[in-house]
Amino acid sequence: MRDVFIVGLGLTKVGEHWGLGLRELGAEAILAAIRDAGERRADALFVGNMLSGVLSGQENLATMLADATGLLPIEAVKIEAACGSGGAAVRAATISVAAGAAETAIALGIEKMTDVSPDVVTAALATASDHEYEAGFGLSFVGMAALIMQRYMHETGRTHDEFAPFIVQAHRNAMTSEHAMFHLAVSPEQFARSPLVASPMGLLDVAPVCDGAAAVLVCSRDALRPHHKPIRIAGSAIATDTISLGARKRMTFLQASETSAAKAFHQARLAPGDIDVAEPHDAFTIMTALTLEASGFAKPGTVLDMAKAGAFASDGDLPICTFGGLKARGHPVGASGTYQIVEACRQLRGDAGKNQIAGAKRAFAQSIGGHGAVAVSHILEA
Amino acid sequence: MQTPGYYRVEGPYLRLQGQQCRRCNAKQFPPNPTCRSCGATEFDSCNLSGVGVVASFSEINAPPAGFSYPFLAALVTLAEGMTIAAQLTDIEPEDVKIGLAVEMTTRRIAETGSEGCLIYGYKFRPRLTD
Amino acid sequence: MKPDRPVGIWGYGAYIPRFRIQSRQIAEVWRPKGAAAPPVPQKSVLSYDEDAITMAIEATRTAVRRSKVKVASIGGMWVGTESKPYAVKPTATLVAAALGLPAQILSADIEFACKAGSLSMQMAIAGVGSGMIESAVAVGVDAAQARPSDILEYTAACGAAAFVLGPAAGAMAVIDETVSYSTNTPDFFRRDGAAYPQHGGRFTEEPGYFHHTLTASRMFLEKTGSTAADYQYAVFHQPIPKLVERAAKALGFSREQIEQGFCAKSMGNAYAGSSGLGLAAVLDIAKPGDRIFCCCYGSGAGSDVFGFTVTDQIHDRRDQHTVARYLANGDNLPGYGHYLRLTGAIRM
Repeated sequence: MRDVFIVGLGLTKVGEHWGLGLRELGAEAILAAIRDAGERRADALFVGNMLSGVLSGQENLATMLADATGLLPIEAVKIEAACGSGGAAVRAATISVAAGAAETAIALGIEKMTDVSPDVVTAALATASDHEYEAGFGLSFVGMAALIMQRYMHETGRTHDEFAPFIVQAHRNAMTSEHAMFHLAVSPEQFARSPLVASPMGLLDVAPVCDGAAAVLVCSRDALRPHHKPIRIAGSAIATDTISLGARKRMTFLQASETSAAKAFHQARLAPGDIDVAEPHDAFTIMTALTLEASGFAKPGTVLDMAKAGAFASDGDLPICTFGGLKARGHPVGASGTYQIVEACRQLRGDAGKNQIAGAKRAFAQSIGGHGAVAVSHILEA
Repeated sequence: MQTPGYYRVEGPYLRLQGQQCRRCNAKQFPPNPTCRSCGATEFDSCNLSGVGVVASFSEINAPPAGFSYPFLAALVTLAEGMTIAAQLTDIEPEDVKIGLAVEMTTRRIAETGSEGCLIYGYKFRPRLTD
Repeated sequence: MKPDRPVGIWGYGAYIPRFRIQSRQIAEVWRPKGAAAPPVPQKSVLSYDEDAITMAIEATRTAVRRSKVKVASIGGMWVGTESKPYAVKPTATLVAAALGLPAQILSADIEFACKAGSLSMQMAIAGVGSGMIESAVAVGVDAAQARPSDILEYTAACGAAAFVLGPAAGAMAVIDETVSYSTNTPDFFRRDGAAYPQHGGRFTEEPGYFHHTLTASRMFLEKTGSTAADYQYAVFHQPIPKLVERAAKALGFSREQIEQGFCAKSMGNAYAGSSGLGLAAVLDIAKPGDRIFCCCYGSGAGSDVFGFTVTDQIHDRRDQHTVARYLANGDNLPGYGHYLRLTGAIRM
């Protein structure tokens, strides 16, 4: 299969966009990516989104956005992998170019979550779990993450407060990230005291409900132009695990993360130690910990020690969540996976401004759907 | 959950009706089209004992739409070996710990609106000992 | 009444929810100072995820398990209640599904106010005694509604009792004789769509409770040629303690005879579950050869009377799930507001 390059980036600010709907958010990101690539159109459009039908009454989303952006009669479909939809859209675009079905393709991740009340969003997010045997009993998505965290703490003897470095660092990074939702610092004390939403997790363990859209334009080597700043997709892989948490071989190990990361590293002929900057799926502090362990960046049971020692800070061995991550940049669920790719590309292009990690050449991004039910890993190389 | 959807899960919801694989004898719950142990697709029906222990738990303070009380979510490992998600009932949050012995009880899980179908299903409560 | 084939109780089960509210907690909110003391000290209250259906399932599971009857042989299922969650849709079929009973079954819900449970037992006796079915389950259950501030609020409680009936040979208690007596007396009723029942105050006592209880009981004693002294235990429907005490006295039953089955003193009135729970409490301690007298009253109005003789099979059909244990494991609610929330009395 052919090499695939990212040549266009676009995103909206993440936040509560009361005046912008799916059409407006999607168009902003798509047109920005096309402009950034110096192109006029593309051969295919893949739209990653989880909840447009449930929350906005809108399916056929890719068609709607192709229409909104003057791209008709482009090949366009919606890609859904729960909160990993954004990453899965990038994978779909990658496959279409790599296989020669398209010379250029756009992957958009988009989510509009703020039109409904919190309990409706909570019920909608639970569609990522097993409807009959998890969501049907009222077990919310946040609740399932809490069950994993509780079990991890029981198995390892760790405490809730030891997860603080992830949040503190994410918020610190977001302070200088223009498109981030939050621009406020969080201290370990605030983290420890935040009100419980699902024990043992507090409000500050959980990524926010928000709106946003991010897009990348990818192309083949033949379609590269002199003005492009290409970033090569060195590895792209998806793996799945059981949809329900109870059926997992081990509740506290993300097998899908491990499998998809290993596949991506194999394609890229790289190892975790080669990565300069990582964007893990930090929807919950426990997920940050578990994805880093499963993807090979920390031995199981050691990630909290590494976090405490500053390994993941911007001046550490492996900076993560460099623009705030899902936690502080925000987590418009189906869009996060594409935000990760856009941010990683900025790092590798040297365009990350105050958030630049010096000399970043290789990035890893992992977008996860459900509680590790599906993991999408990408490795990018400058 | 809409009425036909609830009707389809009645056996598992009301009496923990599971499957026993005809090829490898493994018991499975919830029911699945394929055997998770060996991949076979033929099963006999079996009702599980309802006896288990708490494998993890969380007090949910922000329930999803359709659920109005803060409640205890849990993963329960059943005597037959599988682990399932369920609510705990008849217990205060401070009394729950991993390893607590529990048993199945049938309770009202939800309703589809005030004039809609009532959903009854399994929850787990502390096991009544001698 | 006696069926062609003798019938007996093979198994029984009770269920009382764990929450309690003290009468003084209710009185603090509604009662003027100097008013008479509430009729009972406390009553049982449902948890937020319980209702008449879930309680019926609990009691029936216990009854079927302890009866040693094969589920496949159960051909009848009657549930008597006045607090059905579905006004139209049987409770009985849901309970049957929860137990995995066969689909070839005679099942129905019964309504006759507080004697719906005892009527379910009459149906089960008729079904088994006629040979139409091999064994049957009869349940009396209620999650009673009472208007806040009404005197009934002190006693409207909840609970369930279930009985498995089969042929007398092999039963733990044989049913010797029954009487059913009904008239059209509107002493207590609830209109369709109304949230709470209406009751006739003192009209419910003489023309209601006493007329039917005493008339039916005397018919029964005369028919069987027995007197109160022939019975070790007597169980009555228990709306408030003083009515039970007066009825018992009028029929010649002593305090000692009615004590074991007198659950209302500790938990209030479980309506269609009330006399069934009293009977279950008696069966928890009865010995082979004991004779039990049971008179259940229901408003609207009528009484069902039963006489049972306990057999030596009883030893095998009991375990630690006694009524006394359910009564002892009460969790008091912190306040009247919690009670209103659990009983759905707060409009949201």
